[in-house]
Amino acid sequence: MKQDSLIAQIERRSFLRQSLSLGALTLLTGCDLSNEDQVQSVLQRMSQWNDRAQAWLFSGATLAPTFAASQAVKDFRYNAFFPEDKAPLLKEEDYRLRFAGLIADRRPWTVEQLYALPQVTQVTRHVCVEGWSMIGQWSGAPFASLLKAVGADLTASYVGYECADGYYGSIDMPTALHPQTLLAFKLSDQILPRKYGFPFKLRIPTKLGFKNPKWITTFYVTNRKPGGFWEDRGYNWFSGI
Amino acid sequence: MTDAHTKEGIPSGFLRSLHWLNALAILIMVGSGWRIYSWYPALPSVPLEFPWAITLGGATGINEDLHNEWGLANALAWHFGAMWLLVINFLAYLCYGIATQHFRRDFLPVGPTMVFRDLLAALRGRLGHRLGHYNAVQKALYWAVIAAILVTILSGLAIWKPAQLHGLTSLFGGYEFARVVHFFGMAFIVGFVAIHVALALLVPETLVAMLLGKAWHRKSPMERTE
Repeated sequence: MKQDSLIAQIERRSFLRQSLSLGALTLLTGCDLSNEDQVQSVLQRMSQWNDRAQAWLFSGATLAPTFAASQAVKDFRYNAFFPEDKAPLLKEEDYRLRFAGLIADRRPWTVEQLYALPQVTQVTRHVCVEGWSMIGQWSGAPFASLLKAVGADLTASYVGYECADGYYGSIDMPTALHPQTLLAFKLSDQILPRKYGFPFKLRIPTKLGFKNPKWITTFYVTNRKPGGFWEDRGYNWFSGI
Repeated sequence: MTDAHTKEGIPSGFLRSLHWLNALAILIMVGSGWRIYSWYPALPSVPLEFPWAITLGGATGINEDLHNEWGLANALAWHFGAMWLLVINFLAYLCYGIATQHFRRDFLPVGPTMVFRDLLAALRGRLGHRLGHYNAVQKALYWAVIAAILVTILSGLAIWKPAQLHGLTSLFGGYEFARVVHFFGMAFIVGFVAIHVALALLVPETLVAMLLGKAWHRKSPMERTE
């Protein structure tokens, strides 16, 4: 009996020592602990838990801080995974915004129709997942007004988007209906040029920058959680701020 | 509730679990945080870069093959996963420290004069060490690191949720400045860990007590001065 407990003790010690040296080894070699299947599955489950925690924390009544127009950056950062001259060129006369999923009236919209929606102006901070942030002045129509105009099922859970550059993603319905979520037609009082997403950018000041898509060609409403370009590469889906 | 230490100064099993879970959480938070920092430094004018290999999030090539991405996603996933461990463990520690009177009995009294006196004694090699008993410098450092962890957690929340928790973010001087506060909070914690580990290695009885919950007697020059 005494011997058994001694053996157990020795085994426990050698296990401890082994796990300590394993930890040291992974740190020293920068070894790929992070990409082990089991680690990835734990990290993804934590990320899904964080989706729920953020949805709980999100309030449609809480507004993102707004700033004075003078604080807005005039030369806003261009951000995409291709150079400016490779940005999608959407021509006003040909452009049609398409709708799919749980939407009553799926007739496509022209730029003229979009720009005719009542507009507001807001100065908010764009926060990138990489850590940089920039204050900008955006003008456009609340996204909720478009969703209501096309008869979207506002009780559905998600709104998805597809873009002309192959980018895609999705947001939760409460964020889509948030009063500050805009179809932004202008940046600093200028119609959005091609590099910032002409004819509009979905500007969501309560989400990280990668959830603010440009060059959108399709919106759809669904109850099945769609992924997203960066979300499918391991970034958190909700990504609220 | 039982005491935080036995009469021989051995920390209770609960306190030891809290300690090592905290160590794990800090290791993950700092390791992943260094990678997040390096991606877009909060202090762009300071020439500081954390070598990629010692940050947490996997090798760039493997990340590119698996996720089409260089490894920021993994670092963020670690950071926002381990934050729950850090926060829950930290809150449990605060409750435990208050309930067992660990803070009142072991970390008090402490004041500037006492800290200065003990620091001088330590520098002259005239400060003894007894398990479970802290000198004034230790007490001050423990309070400071508890405060640093609290500030780092709160500034982290301010960075994570500058819209939902905008009141907290403005308390830290806005989003950009909250990143700077978060960085210095980390720097203080890392500095503390360096001193803490060095001293534990210098007085290995403490390490044995914290690791195994056992007393280990060894004649050391430190003890002889008592």
